[in-house]
Amino acid sequence: MPEEFKPGCARPTGGPVGEEPILTEKGEEMEKTTREVKQAMIQVGKKAPDFSAPAYHQGKFINVKLSEYLGKWVLLCFYPGDFTFV
Amino acid sequence: MSVDSVFVHKMWNDNELSKMVQGGVPFPMLSDGGGRVGTAYGIYDADAGVETRGRFIIDPDGVVQGYEVLTPPVGRNVMESFRQVQAFQLVREKKGAEATPSGWKPGKMTLKPGPDLVGKVWEVWKTSMAFDD
Repeated sequence: MPEEFKPGCARPTGGPVGEEPILTEKGEEMEKTTREVKQAMIQVGKKAPDFSAPAYHQGKFINVKLSEYLGKWVLLCFYPGDFTFV
Repeated sequence: MSVDSVFVHKMWNDNELSKMVQGGVPFPMLSDGGGRVGTAYGIYDADAGVETRGRFIIDPDGVVQGYEVLTPPVGRNVMESFRQVQAFQLVREKKGAEATPSGWKPGKMTLKPGPDLVGKVWEVWKTSMAFDD
């Protein structure tokens, strides 16, 4: 289950799990920050993309991996930002 | 999940949300700086640099059973999300032998799809059942 982590000064980030590396022309793996990812709506009835992401939960900073919730029903909600009123 | 850092999540929970919900937000507030997870789910608005109001129902096998996506100014209906989860749970429990018609909620009748029901839904299910009493 989710493990607590100690935050440093860098902003913690996560991302999709098991993502295929994108290779540059020289055959090196492309920096994750510079790669362009094609966006498409996912399909119902298909596997939810697994991801790992840092989270704040009940006073602690933890790392959450979606696949750790297999066996449970999950409601995954995205929103535009903290303090966005509705 | 939003593009905010876990530090901002803490501030929002501790200073505002915990005043609305006793004990604070009960579930993990996830951070997706850069929107890479939101992109994988198709709800990241790259022009605005934020995620739209996407809500996904994921079953115990990790399969997406449903989703809803709204633009920022309209809030969600939590009860409708619960209703859909309850419907998907019933269908899963009955291994597909029963289906939930429009407007179904716990306590209302389900339908049993099969040869005998073809063209006969009108005899057992009325359109008024699609609405709340």
